[in-house]
Amino acid sequence: MDAILVRDVHKCFASVPALRGLSLAVSENSFFGLLGPNGAGKSTLIGILAGLVRADSGEVRVCGHEVVRDYRRARASLGLVPQELVYDPFFTVRELLRLQAGYFGLGRRARPWIDELLALLALEDKADANMHQLSGGMKRRVLIAQALVHRPPVVVLDEPTAGVDVELRQALWALTRRLHAEGHTLILTTHYLEEAEALCERIAIINRGRLVALDDKDALLARHPYRLLCLTLDREPPSLPDPLRARLVERGDCQFTFRLDRHGDPVGAILDQVRALGVEIVDLHLEEPSLEEIFVHLTRESA
Amino acid sequence: MINWVGLYTLFAKEVWRFLKVTTQTVLTPAVTALLYLLVFQTVLEDHVEVYPGIGYGAFLVPGLVVMTMIQNAFANSSSSLIQSKMNGNLVFVLVAPLSSLEFFLAFVGAAILRGLLVGVVVWAVALALVDLPPVHSPAWLLAFSVLGSAMLGILGVIAGIWADKYDQLAAFQNFLILPLSFLSGVFYSIHDLPPFWERLSLINPFFYMIDGVRHGFLGVSDVDPVLALTVTAGSTLVVSALCLALLAKGYKIRH
Ligand SMILES: Nc1ncnc2c1ncn2[C@@H]1O[C@H](COP(=O)(O)OP(=O)(O)OP(=O)(O)O)[C@@H](O)[C@H]1O
Ligand SMILES: [Mg+2]
Repeated sequence: MDAILVRDVHKCFASVPALRGLSLAVSENSFFGLLGPNGAGKSTLIGILAGLVRADSGEVRVCGHEVVRDYRRARASLGLVPQELVYDPFFTVRELLRLQAGYFGLGRRARPWIDELLALLALEDKADANMHQLSGGMKRRVLIAQALVHRPPVVVLDEPTAGVDVELRQALWALTRRLHAEGHTLILTTHYLEEAEALCERIAIINRGRLVALDDKDALLARHPYRLLCLTLDREPPSLPDPLRARLVERGDCQFTFRLDRHGDPVGAILDQVRALGVEIVDLHLEEPSLEEIFVHLTRESA
Repeated sequence: MINWVGLYTLFAKEVWRFLKVTTQTVLTPAVTALLYLLVFQTVLEDHVEVYPGIGYGAFLVPGLVVMTMIQNAFANSSSSLIQSKMNGNLVFVLVAPLSSLEFFLAFVGAAILRGLLVGVVVWAVALALVDLPPVHSPAWLLAFSVLGSAMLGILGVIAGIWADKYDQLAAFQNFLILPLSFLSGVFYSIHDLPPFWERLSLINPFFYMIDGVRHGFLGVSDVDPVLALTVTAGSTLVVSALCLALLAKGYKIRH
């Protein structure tokens, strides 16, 4: 069974389309990245999963439970860390966590787990502080604790690392990896592509409410069949022969970057052609494409 | 199946919320009612006798109690909802496995409790100032107080859901709730009104609720308490149905 199933979902706000026939599935126990530029529809999709937004049409299931008809089980299966730092200023951290556990039907038996969560997120000494006394990073951690309070099998984090410092980001990465290792399904949105590259096993890219790519991260990276060869020469060569000029993407002071087809352009042949110009190669390195280039390529293509 | 723990938690949160700021939620309304009482009683005590044998002060107290009750019941649910909506923390309730009925009962239950609590405080203050006869019928009094607070708590939920900004909520309060409560016989008997205004008062559901509370306190009223109860209960059912329909649709809270 899929942790998340989304089939042909449409959603318009007034007349603005946010999702236009989106379909995707997230298998159980995967670490899933949901990427896309601002306004792509990521938060809208997440809102539909959590019951905050109602789809105009299509089918959406969380752990097999349809999100409107079977909302109790669907919501019990999902923990949402919202994109915005929202909180109720009337209550302390511990009170908020107890209330949240209560909404999910858990009474006192959630208390040991709440203590554990406070420890896990390094919030113990802030447990009795009011939310408005906490820094942004601490508030973010409270939001995460709130999402985990009912031990949901699926955890959705909407840009959890936006605007957090290096230390907290590392801590969040470690926490998400731990949750994943413990068997949770994780869904993460982020604008830091190196983050998605480091954490996620499978990635969906959406743009303007449509899916533009859905693949395993490695397959997605391999899909881009280019790599870049960057050379520094000892002096300017007279002029480049046609095959080299066709592959040149950037040229600086004695610096040349060539884009090579992963399969059709052996590096040795290119180097031979350069040496045949009578220049020496001072330095050389290869750049593999990153998710960022693939992202830019795919979202530009679909625009 | 009902999520009882969830329902209770949300109810308790709403109660806890107003108890955390009792000065604002209980004391201020009591002081306001006290001021009304002092002013009107001093000015009118010797001039007005609405029902034979009952001083104006004694006539006024039930009206002030019920007016304070309903205004606070309304304020409780409406201000909590609009604050959570504007602040964004309503999401924590919306993502929880709570039905619209549970959501409704929790908010309305807390509004009733706030209404009753404030009503009791105002009554206690009035006892110290006015020569009040003993309560005529606690059962009628309780029935009308609970129904009245419920009706206004429900209107508060509707207003809180509907309003996007505080000024819209204020408009709801100033152009609907306030006129309906002032024009319902808090300060006078509708029989003392010109015939047109008397007839107009008879289509105001707040009139029956206030009249019923007065019957509970004093045993005198403008209409038969059974009729008053029927109209009050009927109006409460109508606003409940409207409120539940809005909640089920997710109107303005689930986009
Ligand atoms: N409540 C709303 N009312 C009106 N329009 C909305 C609402 N929520 C989202 N939209 C619109 O829907 C589109 C998708 O927004 P969404 O928030 O899902 O994007 P996103 O991918 O999460 O973007 P970001 O990376 O900036 O968070 C945008 O055009 C946005 O303006
Ligand atoms: Mg977003």
